[in-house]
Order: sequence, then structure tokens, then C-alpha cells
Amino acid sequence: MMLQLSGVHVHYGHIHALRGIDLSVQIGEVVTLIGANGAGKSTLLMSLFGQPRVSSGRIVFDGEDITRLPTHVIARRDISLVPEGRRIFPRMTVMENLLMGAVMANPDNLEVDLKRMYALFPILEERLEQRAGTLSGGEQQMLAIARALMARPKLLLLDEPSLGLAPLYIKKIFQTLRELNQNYGVTILLIEQNAHHALRVAHRGYVLQHGRIVMTGAGRDLLASAEVRAAYLEGGNPGN
Amino acid sequence: MPPFVAAGDAPTWAERGRDAAGIALIALLLGIPMIGLTTVDQGGALRVLTRWPLLAAFVAAVFCGRLLLRHALDLLKRRRRGRPGAAAEDEESGRRGVRMIGWAGWLAFGAALVLPLVFSDNRYVVDTATTVLIYVMLGWGLNVVVGLAGLLDLGHAAFYAVGAYAYALLSTQFGWGFWAALPVAGLVAAVFGLALGWPCLRLRGDYLAIVTLGFGEIVRVALVNWTDFSGGPNGISSIPRPSFFGLPFAPSGDAPTFAASFGLEFSPMHRIIFLYYVILALSLLTNALVSRLRRLPAGRAWEAMREDEIACRALGMNVTNVKLSAFALGAMLGGLAGVFFAARQGFISPESFTFNESAIILSIVVLGGMGSQLGVVLASLVLVLIPEIGRDFSEYRMLLFGAAMILIMVWRPGGILSRREPTLRHAAAEGGHA
Repeated sequence: MMLQLSGVHVHYGHIHALRGIDLSVQIGEVVTLIGANGAGKSTLLMSLFGQPRVSSGRIVFDGEDITRLPTHVIARRDISLVPEGRRIFPRMTVMENLLMGAVMANPDNLEVDLKRMYALFPILEERLEQRAGTLSGGEQQMLAIARALMARPKLLLLDEPSLGLAPLYIKKIFQTLRELNQNYGVTILLIEQNAHHALRVAHRGYVLQHGRIVMTGAGRDLLASAEVRAAYLEGGNPGN
Repeated sequence: MPPFVAAGDAPTWAERGRDAAGIALIALLLGIPMIGLTTVDQGGALRVLTRWPLLAAFVAAVFCGRLLLRHALDLLKRRRRGRPGAAAEDEESGRRGVRMIGWAGWLAFGAALVLPLVFSDNRYVVDTATTVLIYVMLGWGLNVVVGLAGLLDLGHAAFYAVGAYAYALLSTQFGWGFWAALPVAGLVAAVFGLALGWPCLRLRGDYLAIVTLGFGEIVRVALVNWTDFSGGPNGISSIPRPSFFGLPFAPSGDAPTFAASFGLEFSPMHRIIFLYYVILALSLLTNALVSRLRRLPAGRAWEAMREDEIACRALGMNVTNVKLSAFALGAMLGGLAGVFFAARQGFISPESFTFNESAIILSIVVLGGMGSQLGVVLASLVLVLIPEIGRDFSEYRMLLFGAAMILIMVWRPGGILSRREPTLRHAAAEGGHA
């Protein structure tokens, strides 16, 4: 078991944001969590890092209880986050961004890992000395993923990687995720509003609504289910 | 070039005329009280005189100046837009810019090295240059906190004061020498930096600025009121001057002096020049330290934190340590500058460490271009030399100072040298071709 949440509750003051989440990610899986705005998707992801702290429940990562660990200690476990809105370092170069991703990693792996990133994202190698803020949105998202991968995570968390990207880039991002999972054995927990793409990539999916998990199942089954289609797909544009 | 850009690109003369007329009108309104009317003392009675011709000339000059400026700016803009492949060229010009900054740095270094030899009998020049270097050192210290780590600090003069008082007390009370007190005072200032940094860990931007402002005032007010400790508003006087590794700069006496040991005729300039070289050495050390740190993961972490603190946390960085290290290093460098200041002046009082001082140091960092080492040097030159040059303008001196600052900010909103130099160029190039 890579990640296991059991009975997780989170409060923001009086607001009860997560109401008893049970969620698990097996080693080698791609799991997606879909839900509408305000369902609590990002809260769930951030609570893994202790921001906000869970008010009750347990989070176990790779056999270790991380529920009460300080944020930076959790982030030093084999777990990497690609934050919502990318959050690259805009005035620093692409190269410096990648180095910051490896800041806690073993320096001996640096050259090898950089080559891996160039293979995954050739565009980054072309832009190494460019300021990251001048990249396009899609390129920035790739950089954010590459930066997270520089720490050699066993579990990669992504918070809405398709947000605000052109359809072509969205396709590319999801292809990359599949490749990472199949060729590099990275376990992935993916949070998305773009249910169509996310469920096609994922082995399993959870549907979050008002802080509760209302549905779970194989990605294909959820994609076919009438409720999911009605709530998350019909209004959107499944073709993108 | 897209047509809509072209349309907006070429204002007609009528438009320019209207623009200039608007500016001239403002000049007229401002000019009536400031130029058009003047008072003269006639036998004890104050009489108002008018100077309309002068005002007319002033307004006309503003009108023509604005027209010319507009025209020049448009020409420049059109030439820049017209060039194809602007992006690639920008990259290239960036590389050229970095190379030029490197050259300018070495040039400045060379000039700083020979300056006291060229002006060896001109005390005013060497003294002013020493003042510039003190501000360079203070600017570099604050640059770590504000420019690199992005923590807005409005109380840097507090660390300057801590360093100065630490040396003053160590030397007058315990008889410590300059070189022994220097590292200790630096450490004391660093501890004060930690003391300030600790409560500020959760604060950002404006809120942090307010706390640091308060901290600066606390230190100053404590120095003013704690008379037993710091001498209060009277300050501390007769602080010993640094000696040349044990040889004092004094007219020949019983003990061997600098001049006697080197077979020179005694001159008060020896000490002035020696002090200049001391602060030059301290500054160069500071520069070497900060530039080196910037290329190490520790320094890169400062810049990453300035860019995005949340992303840093997600990458597993301990933001607390990053912030505290920036505060401590910045404070230590400020403290070292303070030690030198106390040793040079021989007298310190809380007057020297007011908020005004913090504001000037911050202006140096911001005007220089946050994070740029050479920018700090240029800004220190500007901010110290303008009031000096302005002495001829007597009461208009601060007006000149303010105007210069506004002009710099209009001309270069990001500071004189706002281009950030990547922390590793060679490694990136090697990685790219490997």
C-alpha cells in the first residue's frame, strides 16, 4: 500500500471541509479524484502535507504514519506535489527550477535525473537558460512536473495539471503521466476537474462531493456511469 | 508588424503637441507660486515681486523638452519593434548584458583600488569614497534579505547600530582592538537578526515591513533611553581607531608608529587611506561571500523562497531555516559595516541610526535592482554623490535628491540593473550539450 487515508476529517474553522474520507492508492496505480469546485479536492491533497492539519483520522504513507509530521518533513519523504497553478519559480531559469526540485535529493543522481527529464520533456532542454516565467502555460506545467520528479518520488501528487491549458498540451500532459506510470513505475494520485481525461488515464477513481466520497470504482466504469457523465462530463467538452 | 500596433505606434504631431501642452500647463500651475512669484527683503519689509518672463521661459522649455522627449522615445520604440526575431535577439542581448556587467564590475574594482593612490592628498574624495563603500556594504547586506530572500526589511539600520555599539562598548569598556571586535560584533548582530527573524516567520510583505520598522525603532529608542549602557543621546565618544596591525597612525611618539616603521613622513592621510582600504576589503569579502552563496543550494533557496514560498514547502525545504539564515547573514553584514562606521567616526550616537538610514539603505537596494550586486554599487554612488554634488544648491539639495530618485524609477522601474543573472550558466550549457 502506497497511501492510505482512513476516516479523515478536516475543518477550516467552522467549515467542515472533509467529512470522513477513506481513500487508498496501491503501489503502481494511477488513482484520480474528481469533483466539482469546492468539493474538497485540493483540501484533501494539502492535508496530506499537514496544511491544514486533519482534525481526526489517519494518513499512512509507505507504511509510516505521517498524519502529524511537519510539512517539510512530509515533503522529504518519497512524495512529490505538483501544486495547483504550477507555482514554478518565474524569475529563475528552467535549469534552476529543476535544481530546486532536487534540493533534497541525492546529488549523485543529479546528472542522470536531468537526462531523464530532457528525455521526457525535450522542450525543457531547449529552454534550459530561459526564465521559467517566459515559458507558455503548457511548458510551465511540464516544468512543474519535471521539478517534482527530480526528487525521485514513489508517489506523485498532481493538483489539476490541466487547468488553463490548451487542448494539445492537456493531451500531452496526460500522455506523460501514463508514460511515467508505465515506464518509470511512478504511482500517481491525480486531482482533476477534467474528468474525461483523468478517468481514461486512471486505474481507479474516486468522486468527491461536499467533502464526502460518493462513488468509487475502476476508471473505465466511472467514465461509463450515468451519474458521473451527468455531473462532470455532459456539460463539458469530452473531446478536448 | 500587426497593423494595430502600427496605428498606435506613430502619434501625429497634433497628438504630441497636445501631450506637451498638457505637461506645460502643469508646469505653469506649479511655476506660478514657485517661479512666478518671489519675495524680496526691502528695508525690513517683505515685498512680493513677479517674474513672468522667467516663468514664460520655463513653461516654453518644458513644452519643447516634452516634445523632444516624446519624439525620441517614439523613434526608439519603433526601431526596437521593427527588428525581426526580437526574442532571439533579446536572449543574445541578455548574454551580452551579463558580460558587460562582468566587465563593469572589474572596472569598478580597478577604479576602487587605485582611487586613494590617485587622490592621495585629497581628503574629501577619499572620505566620500569611504562613505560610498559603507553604503555598498550595507546595501549588500540588505540585498541578501530583501533582494534575494524577498523579505522586506525596513529596520536594517538597527543591525548597523548593533554592530557599531558592540564595537564601541567592547573597545571603550574592555579595551578590545578593532580586528578582535569585528567578528564578535558581527556575531552579535547576527543574533539580533535571528531575534528579529524568529517572530517574523509567519509574516509577509507589508506586515513584515511594519514589524521590521518597529524593530528598528525599538533598537534606536533603547539606545537613546538606556543611558547607563549606551550613553543615551550623548552617544559614545573617543572610540579607538583601527591601527595598522598594531602600529598606530600617530605623529611620532614613544611607541613605534606606522609612519616611523615604514620610514614615511607622518601624514593624517595615512589613516584615511588605510580606513578606505579596510572597508574596501570588507566589501570585497562580503561580495565574494554573497556571490558564492548565491551559487550554492543555500543561496538558491533564498531566491526560490522569494519567488514562491508555498512551492518551496512542497519541495521539502525548511522555509524557517531559509528565512532565518537570510536574516542572520544580512544582519551580520550590517553589523560589520557598523563596526567600521564606529571605528572611522570615533563617535557614535543614536542619531546616526534613524529610520532615515534604513530608508536610504533600502533605496539603494531597490534602485540598484533587487538582488543585483553591481546595482547596489551604482545606486550607492548615486545616492551618496548626489547630496554631495548638491551642496552647491544649498536648500534645493533634497529636492534634487528626490527628483533623481523619481527619474531613476521612471527610467528603470526594476532598478538600475534589473536583469537577474542566472546562478549557473556554464553547468547549464554543459548539461545542454552533453
